[in-house]
Amino acid sequence: MGNRETDRPSLASLFTGFVRIGMMSFGGGLAAWTRREVVQTRGWMSEQQFLSGYALSQLVPGATNVNLAVFVGTQMRGVPGALACFLGLTALPVVIVLTAGTIYLHSHTGVWFSIALSGMGAVALGMNLGLGVRLSLNNIRRVGPALITAGIALSIGVFGYRLPYVLAVAMPSSLLLAWWTRKA
Amino acid sequence: MTPVLLQLFWLFTLLSMLAFGGGAGVMPDIQRAAVEQYHWMTAGEFLDMFAISRAAPGPGSLIVILIGQKAAGFPGAAVSFVAMFLPSCLVVHFVARFWHNAARSVWKDVVERALAPVAIGLTFASGLALMRATEHGFMPHALTVGSTAAFAFTRISPLILLAVGALAMLAVAAL
Repeated sequence: MGNRETDRPSLASLFTGFVRIGMMSFGGGLAAWTRREVVQTRGWMSEQQFLSGYALSQLVPGATNVNLAVFVGTQMRGVPGALACFLGLTALPVVIVLTAGTIYLHSHTGVWFSIALSGMGAVALGMNLGLGVRLSLNNIRRVGPALITAGIALSIGVFGYRLPYVLAVAMPSSLLLAWWTRKA
Repeated sequence: MTPVLLQLFWLFTLLSMLAFGGGAGVMPDIQRAAVEQYHWMTAGEFLDMFAISRAAPGPGSLIVILIGQKAAGFPGAAVSFVAMFLPSCLVVHFVARFWHNAARSVWKDVVERALAPVAIGLTFASGLALMRATEHGFMPHALTVGSTAAFAFTRISPLILLAVGALAMLAVAAL
């Protein structure tokens, strides 16, 4: 917050930043790549700002990582910023996916390809889980929030409860907890 | 628009609005519609598309353009893209504007601190759910656990680990 006009990244750097995120994210792991670029490499947002945006992007329906790009772009430069980030993230991947799809669906030599893909997918999942570990270590310092994180992770990720029900319990709990522990 | 284009538009608009917590949650619904309801493709073709869109750079939700392309060619891909992303992007844009304009206040600080553990919990939840849905056997699990530790505690380049993951699976399959 409190960014001066001159501190805001240009539309071109928002666009190229999200082109990088889009092009690096083989196999997924987009949230981790986004944090790397937006918080660590470019310093557009603090970790706290990023985390709020990431949470809101997950709570709004739709693809989380696309939502996150629009959130970052809107925060930085309004509508043009949102468009720059969205197009940066999606334009080249759209071309790649359509090309790969056309080639793959018309050839039947895809076995080795799909085996390699599954390995990359497994690593990309680890990338997002590793992001979770890092964010936990950096941001969760009390028992209450730790219980909320663990509750959401286990109820959906292990026990398979539906997300809306879990959030209906977890979100009010988290808000109450944050209200009780607020700083004056 | 032709009936197929209208079906694509309606299907992905609806599902994107139901995709709380990310696109992965509605994948089974997309599969059901594309394979069983509209017969745009076989179950095997859907799984191939799922693998391609997940492995290719960019958001995994781009699977919708492959489905659109299969169902109705290039116009189908374009309609699916707009239907999947326009509504949710508009919503998040207005949420972000509201968030940006909300003055620093006690309640914003409270909401911000309440959102952090939820965001982190959802990150673990979606990772674990995808692991359960897509990974079978020792090697994929070992790769995911190993790379989780590597990303959490080292500064190793993800591209190196992605290559290691691909090679490890190929090696296991070749032996």
